[in-house]
Amino acid sequence: MREGRQTVTAVVHEVDRYRESFARLEAGAAAKGWAWFQPVRRDAMARFADLGFPTVRDEDWRFTNVAPIAQTAFAPAPDWGITPAPRDLVPFEFPGLAGSRLVFVNGRYAAGLSSLGPLPAGVTVTSLAQAFPAHPDLLQAHLARYAEYHQDAFTALNTAFVEDGAFVSVRRGTVLEEPIHLLYVSTQTPAPVITHPRNLIVAGEDSQVTVVEDYVSLGDGVGFSNAVTEAVVGQNSVLSHYLIERESPQAFNVSTLRLHQGRSSSVTSHAVLLGGALVRNNVHPVLAGEGGDCLINGLFLATGRQHVDNYMKVEHASPHCGSRQFYNGILDGQSHGVFHGRIIVHKDAQKTDAKQTNRNLLLSEDAQIDTKPQLEIYADDVKCTHGATIGQIDEDAIFYLRSRGIPKESARGLLLFAFAGESLQRMKVEAIRTHLEALVAQWLPQGAPLEDVR
Amino acid sequence: MLEITNLHVKAGGREILKGVDLRVNAGEVHSIMGPNGSGKSTLAQVLAGRETYEVTAGKVTYQGRNLLEMAPEERACEGLFMAFQYPVEIPGVGNTYFLKAALNAIRKARGLEELDAMDFLTLAKEKMTRLEVDDRLLTRSVNEGFSGGEKKRNEIFQMAVLEPRLAILDETDSGLDIDALRIVAAGVNSLRSPERAILVVTHYQRLLNYIVPDFVHVLVDGRIVKSGGKELALELEAKGYAWVEGEARAAAPATA
Repeated sequence: MREGRQTVTAVVHEVDRYRESFARLEAGAAAKGWAWFQPVRRDAMARFADLGFPTVRDEDWRFTNVAPIAQTAFAPAPDWGITPAPRDLVPFEFPGLAGSRLVFVNGRYAAGLSSLGPLPAGVTVTSLAQAFPAHPDLLQAHLARYAEYHQDAFTALNTAFVEDGAFVSVRRGTVLEEPIHLLYVSTQTPAPVITHPRNLIVAGEDSQVTVVEDYVSLGDGVGFSNAVTEAVVGQNSVLSHYLIERESPQAFNVSTLRLHQGRSSSVTSHAVLLGGALVRNNVHPVLAGEGGDCLINGLFLATGRQHVDNYMKVEHASPHCGSRQFYNGILDGQSHGVFHGRIIVHKDAQKTDAKQTNRNLLLSEDAQIDTKPQLEIYADDVKCTHGATIGQIDEDAIFYLRSRGIPKESARGLLLFAFAGESLQRMKVEAIRTHLEALVAQWLPQGAPLEDVR
Repeated sequence: MLEITNLHVKAGGREILKGVDLRVNAGEVHSIMGPNGSGKSTLAQVLAGRETYEVTAGKVTYQGRNLLEMAPEERACEGLFMAFQYPVEIPGVGNTYFLKAALNAIRKARGLEELDAMDFLTLAKEKMTRLEVDDRLLTRSVNEGFSGGEKKRNEIFQMAVLEPRLAILDETDSGLDIDALRIVAAGVNSLRSPERAILVVTHYQRLLNYIVPDFVHVLVDGRIVKSGGKELALELEAKGYAWVEGEARAAAPATA
């Protein structure tokens, strides 16, 4: 009994911390021309206060204990701060990629570090804070209309505390060939800082756009990036989204990607997760229009005591849509990986074709993976398949390679790189893929090849 | 080149080789024949360095060095090559990348310059033409989705590229049609030279019509029970393994 009461007290306390900073933010934000958004903000804060942080008793969080996040007294990012020098950001450039780059430092847009390339007419790339006064119609039509802040505590928290992020809008019939790189930089701060990046992507009918969300750290600070991206993908348009998590091994990251897909739209979501202490990657496409399809492709690599949770929720809400999920994980040390793949096929979504594959390699005795498919099918003429594998590195293959003269460590590196390559080769933008291949090769044990092994 | 003395090998607690003696000189082709379960493949795998087998007694000298102390990759770099009975599929690793990495590892060990992609491709194409190997093999993952025959040809192709000093063929002929068999044999025969030795492990005599051995050894129950020239293979073909097994059983009490 006593224990129960103490727990309740602790939960109230965790939420109270955010109540206080919310009151300060609310007073300040109203003055910045966000008046119409204030009711949403308040609603989201109220929802967060009701929901509290999830616990492992919550089915969607069964394998991930967020107590380290709940119990840390994060401060909002200070207004003042250390602005990184441009050279500090050089390692995060994609050689050969010429598009626009928006840089955010501790959650706030840093114009001085950003570069906007020449954009075709009909394309808007700006910070969300600037978009509030400049594009009120689009924001009112879409912001917080898709991401489920009524159900999800982290989305509620983000929605309550929104201050900045990226706004990308591509007008009907417009093709933007160069990817837009959104770089979120966490700097070393004296106290743990929480940021709530919020991105809105609006791709009009027949348009095409590629967006890269990239989370990095300068220094080893304990920061928490609680990001939400909403993408509205119009009829017959094409969106490619990349998520790269390469923050410090002390960082917390919860990223939610909510995709709203129109008729015959095509979305690819790629994720490469290497960094962070506790990472939750939510990908939630809703195939709202007939004939849409999405490819959800990811690679997660963890070692030490890292915890990486991939939570997929693929909703088929219309007929004749296709979805493909491919996630590969490599887990070393005492790391813990999670793949939770939900597929929901609504009543009217006949002729759905949904497929899910999760493959995992465990490199150590203490590494752990929980993989869970969850199919909820309410239509009767659908095709849904799922499969998961958990295994060790193939010793027969190692021997085969060694018997041809390839040293043991190189053989291991080669096999791991090939396994990771299954995910990487689905990434079509060469400059991004090449950069990611190098990142993955660096992560792998000594001897991993840096050239194309296929 | 290779000298095996009183080799005893265990796998999973069971003794499989029970004292094998064999001497192979440069320039010679030896064939090891035997019924299923006699230990032929175990012998080949132990020579290649497979760690799942436990050598409990005996020694193996290769080019004057203790072979059993060498890592598999070291053996390869010293010119030993085993064509696998069951080549492994390695998805995601291209045949070209794999073979170039292997060749360059071996060249490096021999103090030769590493080949770049262009030079490697020229060499690979030349060997492929000679061995009638489809060059689409190069663009595919190692053995992935290959037919049985393609896998065996790929082994011979690798052998041709790596140019070993001692080649061990572990039942390379099993499951091959006559065309594939001829190609495999041609690959092996083109390797024959006074500096090289070849050990052909086989269940069937058929391959030996194409690769004519200098010596034939019959392995039964973990021991070489009979050795002879190429005519021994024909005798085996005519009389079957029961013949030597019977002889071996008759001889066993005397040697025990």
